[in-house]
Amino acid sequence: MAVFLTERSRVIVQGMTGSEGRKHTNRMLLAGTTIVGGVTPGKSGQQINFNGTVVPVFSKVERAIALTEADVSVVFVPPKFAKAAVIEAVDAGIGLCVVITEGIPVHDSTYFWAYAASKGGTTRIVGPNCPGVISPGKSNAGIIPADITRAGRVGLVSKSGTLTYQMMYELRDIGFSTCVGIGGDPVIGTTHIDCLAAFEADPETDAVVMIGEIGGDAEERAAEYISAHVTKPVVAYIAGFTAPEGKTMGHAGAIVSGSSGTAQAKKEALEKAGVRVGKTPSETAALMREVAR
Amino acid sequence: MDLFEYQARDIFAAHGVPVLAGEVAETPPAARSIAERIGGPVVVKAQVKTGGRGKAGGVKLASTPDEAAEHATAILGMDIKGHTVHRVLISAASDIAEEYYFSFLLDRGNRTFLAMASREGGVEIEQVAAETPEALAQVPVDALAGIDTTAAREIAVAGGFPEEILDQAADVIVSLWDVFTGEDATLVEVNPLVKTPDGTVLALDGKVTIDDNAGFRHPEHAGLADSHADDPLEAKAKAKHLNYVKLDGEVGIIGNGAGLVMSTLDVVAYAGVEYGVKPANFLDIGGGASAQVMADGLDIILGDPSVRSVFVNVFGGITACDEVANGIVQALRLLETRGDVIDKPLVVRLDGNNAVAGREILDTAAHPLVERVDTMDGAAHRAAELAATVPTGAPAAASAPVPVHKES
Repeated sequence: MAVFLTERSRVIVQGMTGSEGRKHTNRMLLAGTTIVGGVTPGKSGQQINFNGTVVPVFSKVERAIALTEADVSVVFVPPKFAKAAVIEAVDAGIGLCVVITEGIPVHDSTYFWAYAASKGGTTRIVGPNCPGVISPGKSNAGIIPADITRAGRVGLVSKSGTLTYQMMYELRDIGFSTCVGIGGDPVIGTTHIDCLAAFEADPETDAVVMIGEIGGDAEERAAEYISAHVTKPVVAYIAGFTAPEGKTMGHAGAIVSGSSGTAQAKKEALEKAGVRVGKTPSETAALMREVAR
Repeated sequence: MDLFEYQARDIFAAHGVPVLAGEVAETPPAARSIAERIGGPVVVKAQVKTGGRGKAGGVKLASTPDEAAEHATAILGMDIKGHTVHRVLISAASDIAEEYYFSFLLDRGNRTFLAMASREGGVEIEQVAAETPEALAQVPVDALAGIDTTAAREIAVAGGFPEEILDQAADVIVSLWDVFTGEDATLVEVNPLVKTPDGTVLALDGKVTIDDNAGFRHPEHAGLADSHADDPLEAKAKAKHLNYVKLDGEVGIIGNGAGLVMSTLDVVAYAGVEYGVKPANFLDIGGGASAQVMADGLDIILGDPSVRSVFVNVFGGITACDEVANGIVQALRLLETRGDVIDKPLVVRLDGNNAVAGREILDTAAHPLVERVDTMDGAAHRAAELAATVPTGAPAAASAPVPVHKES
């Protein structure tokens, strides 16, 4: 059944009529995603033809859900409008809201996270600034390339987009149940821990690869969680061992400040929790192969 | 972006946080005239984005304008933990009865904001947190509810602020919340927050970090960027909208995606141990990797005199590798047509979508300086090896011939 996203997921795309939204809607359709609508304010009634698949456009998420029974939204709207778009999706009661948009102010993402929590947490937010969620062969919500891996029984959770792709490709012989790109921003809706919990509970996932990076303490928290709650084997990779202090490495969240957020501390915490940590992506893939064998 | 104290002071003042009179100076004469304007004793404070300036001699009391100019002469140009002092804040001197600590910050782990308050200000707050954690109140702030006077007063009480300043402190905290939200800050710290002998509460020193992503709401924030701080190559990269960080090694790095580039730095550093070389930079060219972006990236990296070899590490996810390969070939042509001398070997690793087609394009182009290696680890080794064997600043003719194809 995979996690978060399955073959039964009915997906709408907020910002589908923009260039990124259009390009990736097409890719998601090619990956087998059931896309039931797009949402762009003021453009209801339009229809967009993606190589023969006609997708209707609605001006409100609520309306899109009412008419299509959508349960997943993928957000491509620009940073300026992203907060309103996510709040609209939460208000409409969507189950999963995948926020691809990069460059959302952290006050906005903190606000929409708090807002979703205040509504009872019925909407799971993934991202922002993330590549999305893919359950290979079933559904793809976001911008993860679908054709670099295949379906299998490994779960993947990662802050980084390209490292997600790298690992999916390295382990294309084994394949994945679900890959979740949780995003590299300081505040994100779905964490390593949320994904570990979902993979632990998923009968179609046998083992988990976790990819982390410098900054914050999400990996340390994940290590504590693994110690207490995860019985399935977990292997991990951490990027940024050689990153200097005080320099932001591409992601807003990827920064070593003083002694906190270092890759070494994360590695040690994970190893203490029984997680095998690879030195490079290839070594990590090799560790997973040993586990999967 | 971290702000200087003087910038934080100005922002505090604009949001109604009580601060002392003060202005920034870049020269001793300017320091003198500011001291004259303020009148009375002043404090000359080095403006650097690091702690420990007091111990380094970067903060001096001056009783006359001439003395302020003398101190400015001594402090300007000073090196404090690797930061050169280009500016001093000339601030009115104040008597202090008591010192406290206050901050609002982003609590990543709990995905919310946090207020921290302590009666023990004026010292490193990390020290307070480690030694007397009970003296540091940490109060989560609901992003939806925000901070009103009642909430502010509760935080001041939790921090152990004395009864007689609670009303004033609450007002200051509300104003600081206004700074935090109104300026899209991820940190607003006042250390020390002081009570003067006459009972007035003042923010004596401030630290503010603003969210670069919120620039669209704050066009004025662009003016806060420190023109002195950027390495020239970093400034050039910024102008081209490239995500570049200068490091101190010899292997230039170009990759797509922040995580992959971070990982590339690590892999090169591991491989470099054997050869005594390290990564020279972080450069993420993002998803596109067009010829122009690749040319801009190469231009920056080849312009770094300490670079001796370049590792181009691309995983074709959304971008197909044949497009990337064409980008590399065209970028080299673009730079050469422009008259640039390219004399540093490039090791290219392409994997993922259309990798086979991409590799063929590189092989067909057969650029004498381009070598491809098909795995990330193998390519990192080769780039490190080349950086160790190609002499620094060697002219093109003197470079060792580089084999064109190498399977790893």
